[in-house]
Amino acid sequence: MISRRQFLKIAGISAACGIGMAATSSFIKAGASRSDDTRDRLIAKRWGMFIDTRKIDENDRERIINACHSIHNVPNFDNPRHAVKWIWTEEFIRAFPEQRGEFIAEKLIQKPILVLCNNCSNPPCVRVCPTQATFKRERDGLVLMDFHRCFGCRYCMAGCPYGARSFNFWDPKPYIEEINPEFPTRMMGVVEKCSFCYQRIDRGIIPACVEVSNGAMVVGDLSDPGSEIRILLREHITIRRRPELGTEPNVFYKI
Amino acid sequence: MYDSGKVIIGIAVFLAFVMFPFYINIGVVVEKPEPCLDTPVIQALEIKECVKPAHIMRATHIALLDNWKDLASRYGERLFVTEDKREFDISLQMTCMHCHSNYERFCMECHAFVAIDVGCWECHVVPEKETMR
Repeated sequence: MISRRQFLKIAGISAACGIGMAATSSFIKAGASRSDDTRDRLIAKRWGMFIDTRKIDENDRERIINACHSIHNVPNFDNPRHAVKWIWTEEFIRAFPEQRGEFIAEKLIQKPILVLCNNCSNPPCVRVCPTQATFKRERDGLVLMDFHRCFGCRYCMAGCPYGARSFNFWDPKPYIEEINPEFPTRMMGVVEKCSFCYQRIDRGIIPACVEVSNGAMVVGDLSDPGSEIRILLREHITIRRRPELGTEPNVFYKI
Repeated sequence: MYDSGKVIIGIAVFLAFVMFPFYINIGVVVEKPEPCLDTPVIQALEIKECVKPAHIMRATHIALLDNWKDLASRYGERLFVTEDKREFDISLQMTCMHCHSNYERFCMECHAFVAIDVGCWECHVVPEKETMR
């Protein structure tokens, strides 16, 4: 007959072993799938972008938008209300509505400004996404989309104050001029946006728009005081889109 | 038994209905699926082995693809090292489809046989038809 004391001892030891094994196996599992190998990768703690709007003319804008949209298989829908945009132009006064002053320079009002996802530090789209299809990457602060998980509720489109998100109301494939076989397309019912070219950054290449901008656009690490972008931000007066909303956008414009 | 005639007829009709898939296929010869590994890239390989041994890939490729999907699109990990230290870029279109460019005769060969839909190609780009063999 087992005594009460023995029973408690055995029960205690079994419980301890069980907890220990569960902890070890979950540790092994987590360790197996992630590598710490950072070779080939562009590294930053907080990505940001600097855009010098004075250096960008009409040809530059077209070239930059084409470079982005052709690489990422962005469809070109006929109906402008269904347009899918990763990077596009907005009139100055629509991009920066709080800048509308009494004596604002007239040439500024309709000046086309290149706009894209701001990779906010406090992104409302991430907060409202019910499936975590949109998430903020811990490693470098990029606001990204996992298209596999998006089920098209469009809360993020309501949440984003910059209109940086587009919805595929139709199957986009027939509307893509030339499909880039190195990047996926999307399906009907999925939201998409600028991805800060994470697929290039993770392989050591700067974003496509920056590459073709002839130096008018610069990306870099905002957390590093010695980075090129921080030096530019120190030297120039820049503004951000709708900073009063508290989203902490990370795209800076020199006007 | 009351109404035995009706009950027995009912049971017979029910059995005939639920066993329909079995007797409709009696005598139908279905060929064993033979996924085709004959693509130019695979032929040119020195070590003709996938990122894991073939029997593991055959059984658990969806687990690997799911893991790769998370690593690439959520964690930004693009480097995969096999057990024998070969390195691969984590990408369905650029790595998997580079070798297995014959989606019709590789993926669909088994997937059609077991009637499991493949959702990958609703977004991911299938290699050009002319490169298929």
